[in-house]
Amino acid sequence: MDWGFILSNTAAQLLSPATFAFALAAMGLALHFGFAGLLNFGVAGFMAIGAYGYAISMLTFGLAWWGGLLVGIIGAVLFAIVLGIPTLRLRGDYLAIVTIAAAEIVRLLFLTTAFTEVTGSADGLSGYHASFRESNPFAPGTYGFGPWQYNEIDLWVLTLGLAILIIATLFVWRIVKSPWGRVLKGIREDEDAVRALGKNVFAYKMQALIIGGVIAALGGFVYALPSAVSPGVYVTSLTFFVWTALLLGGAATVFGPILGAVIFWVLQAFLTNVLPELVKAGPLDFLTSQQSSTIRFILVGVGLMLIVIYRPQGIFGDKKELTFVK
Amino acid sequence: MPNKSLDLHVGEAKPGCAKKDPIMIVDKLTKSFGGLKAVDVDHLEIPRNAITALIGPNGAGKTTLFNLLTGFDTGDTGTWLFNGKKLAGVPAFKVAQLGEVRTFQLTKALSLLTVLENMKLGAKNQKGEKLLPALLPAIWKSQEKQVEEKAIEILKKFKLYEKKDDFAASLSGGQRKLLEMARALMIDPTLVMLDEPMAGVNPALTESLLEHILNLKSSGMTVLFIEHDMHMVRHIADWVVVMAEGKVVAEGEAHSVMKDQAVIDAYLGSHQELDLGEVTGRVNK
Repeated sequence: MDWGFILSNTAAQLLSPATFAFALAAMGLALHFGFAGLLNFGVAGFMAIGAYGYAISMLTFGLAWWGGLLVGIIGAVLFAIVLGIPTLRLRGDYLAIVTIAAAEIVRLLFLTTAFTEVTGSADGLSGYHASFRESNPFAPGTYGFGPWQYNEIDLWVLTLGLAILIIATLFVWRIVKSPWGRVLKGIREDEDAVRALGKNVFAYKMQALIIGGVIAALGGFVYALPSAVSPGVYVTSLTFFVWTALLLGGAATVFGPILGAVIFWVLQAFLTNVLPELVKAGPLDFLTSQQSSTIRFILVGVGLMLIVIYRPQGIFGDKKELTFVK
Repeated sequence: MPNKSLDLHVGEAKPGCAKKDPIMIVDKLTKSFGGLKAVDVDHLEIPRNAITALIGPNGAGKTTLFNLLTGFDTGDTGTWLFNGKKLAGVPAFKVAQLGEVRTFQLTKALSLLTVLENMKLGAKNQKGEKLLPALLPAIWKSQEKQVEEKAIEILKKFKLYEKKDDFAASLSGGQRKLLEMARALMIDPTLVMLDEPMAGVNPALTESLLEHILNLKSSGMTVLFIEHDMHMVRHIADWVVVMAEGKVVAEGEAHSVMKDQAVIDAYLGSHQELDLGEVTGRVNK
């Protein structure tokens, strides 16, 4: 077994667009679930809107890359409003059902052959990188060291992804530590009590849904930045992976989602590399290498269950502030 | 005995009688759940700067009336004026902003917020509660400090100051009732509506809760409360309104209303001299 190769691949995942994308999506979800108590199971839908908004704007409408980014953000705001008006009056568990359905509707709209020219249907979209790469401030060459070596394009993707992540983190950190965040946490605990104190609960929930949705859409944008947009990515299991990352780090925390996303992807990279090696080397020789790559998703599921049962507050969460025990 | 406010009404003390200075006037308010008319109040006036008790057997519609008056539920018909302002159709949060604040029968302490955060949440017109100003602490820091000072002052009065950094979840049932009442005071209300403030409170805390309710009156507020404990009603209520089957069946000063035949009927049933079997129709004599 080539441990050097395995560890190098694992370490590379620390800084990857996928990790940043998950960190952003989990951050948006933290605002929804951890702070406002909104059970949003439609994260994949928000991410799809961010990604497709970006790609379609450039391919169909010829906008510059930042125009595509803006379209994705506006799309997420509209989606949040359309989703929120009928559902934010519902109790939490109903919201979960509606959001999961809404995300599926979004995915199926992008998948249907009716709009193939715009959405690419099952093939998705690719080849929209020209505008983004033109604005690359880095000169051609190789940057970095060890497992973290990038060409100028990868570096530009990572820099922008990291910049968005930092801005989103500061933004969320600032608002949840303000009186606004206090109202939000109050709503999470008991919205009728907050209503009785003269706060417009619906408006707060809507604001939280929009902000969290935009941050998740930014995650979709970062996910789409390096390569392509494929409808097969924005499925319900993506939502559950983001939930895993969030709960791993701590739902009612600001830095938990980042840590959770990093652990999630580093672990994924480690298992992706180590399991086939273990099959080849003997200990897991009763599996085919295909089976071994499926096993990591089983492990994700088991991991999610263990977190929820034994450490519901996540790694960063306050032990007393268990979000599952009321 | 605390000083009672006397001489609140005009004319005879009967259901729907006029008050000299009403803070709330309810007219033809009805609310049905399916076939059941939960609230059917023809006319009711609540006297200002007095303590009014709303009593009645279980299912009389007291809490439903509370929900209607505070905007937590919408009535089928009827109007009600609070300080001369029509409140029908006004959402609950606006009702609270107008100074009509309520507590709940099942206490709603915000469990995973600290006691101090619970209190601060109550303050009105906080600049930092708007999204964009929230981003700039310079805008709201000084107001936040004032809010905190006020919260601490009230917490000290309610003997909850030592608990200020604990999660509200760690308080006892009685302390949560106190916290809920203290939090309501952060709004600077003019009318405080308490839904069973004494339910589940141990005798040691009862004393101080009563004290706090009387203090509300002496600092100029009006109190309307639902209660089953007749000792408490007799002790602190200036005026008593009795509901049964959704209607106001009696009104008056505490000592006289308790002798009213309608009240006795409402509480003990109007067939008290009959055998229970006859009332339910299972036994025919």
